[in-house]
Amino acid sequence: QVITGGHYDVDCYVEDPNGKTIYKETKKQYDSFPHRAEVEGVYTFCFSNEFSTFSHKTVYFDLQVGDEPPILPAMSSRVTALTQMESACVTIHEALNTVIDSQTHYRLREAQDRSRAEDLNGRVSYWSVGETLILFVVSVGQVMLLKSFFTEKRPGSSGAGT
Amino acid sequence: SPEGGQGSPWGGDPGGSRGIQPRSEPSSAGNYRTQLWDKQSESFLPSTPGLGMHVEVKDPDGKVILSRQYGSEGRFTFTSHTPGEHQICLHSNSTRMALFAGGKLRVHLDIQVGEHTNNYPEIAAKDKLTELQLRARQLLDQVEQIQKEQNYQRYREERFRMTSESTNQRVLWWSIAQTIILILTGIWQMRHLKSFFEAKKLV
Repeated sequence: QVITGGHYDVDCYVEDPNGKTIYKETKKQYDSFPHRAEVEGVYTFCFSNEFSTFSHKTVYFDLQVGDEPPILPAMSSRVTALTQMESACVTIHEALNTVIDSQTHYRLREAQDRSRAEDLNGRVSYWSVGETLILFVVSVGQVMLLKSFFTEKRPGSSGAGT
Repeated sequence: SPEGGQGSPWGGDPGGSRGIQPRSEPSSAGNYRTQLWDKQSESFLPSTPGLGMHVEVKDPDGKVILSRQYGSEGRFTFTSHTPGEHQICLHSNSTRMALFAGGKLRVHLDIQVGEHTNNYPEIAAKDKLTELQLRARQLLDQVEQIQKEQNYQRYREERFRMTSESTNQRVLWWSIAQTIILILTGIWQMRHLKSFFEAKKLV
């Protein structure tokens, strides 16, 4: 997910160890890509901002590989079923993981909205300053232009008011 | 949760800076390992003795909270006191290693934030906990992390509220100021032109 910068979009590709492209998207704002790995080795992923002339991007990415390991390594060789307490703990643990994930989602939204708001603030400030300057230039210019009409030509009929 | 910068794939580029956002007060840890590209064998060497990496961590205010030299692989930890985006920079100090002209350095990096820094088997052994107690401990840690994140969100909302109120004030003053400027400019124009026409004997 793109957090700050420009149009909040980025290019992304993922390659498997053999160099084959397994995911490729251009100018995406956010996406999620689940993949079942068939080949063992080093996978490559790349976020690219080459298409952008000015803006720098901040990208959030999250990699989840495999399932969560059990809390104690010995447990993977367990043969008996879980007790009710243990299974309640597992349920609560998974529910809390969901809560934490949704908190991450909100944190990213907040960061992105903040970035958009600051961007807007910058643009409004520049606009206001620019507008004030234009105002001064135009009002002085109007007066000078009017004066120049009456200086070059003969003072003709009146009707000069502003 | 790490946030990555734009551009190069992980395999290249000896210096790299990535941002993370821990909540207030937890400790975060990073593990890294480096591998240097060997042109002759066209592969990454399994380890690079002699290569040092300098790790620098900056807090959201730009203050450096960790600045230390480590070897070609290592583990660093830091505790954050301010919520927000931190910057982690790994910088190789090599002057004699072949990192110019086609040299590549592969950096394996793992960053753990908050409750993920906890090593449960270690905690179980140290505090002599049963499996159930350990699970309860894990749940408590998770709930604590959730509470911290909620505090962070409350802090963000408060800051945002202050910013909104300040913006509201500024918009009000700006509108008033602009109207006054407009009126004054109009008056100036009129008076200037009037005196000009009077001088030209047109009025």
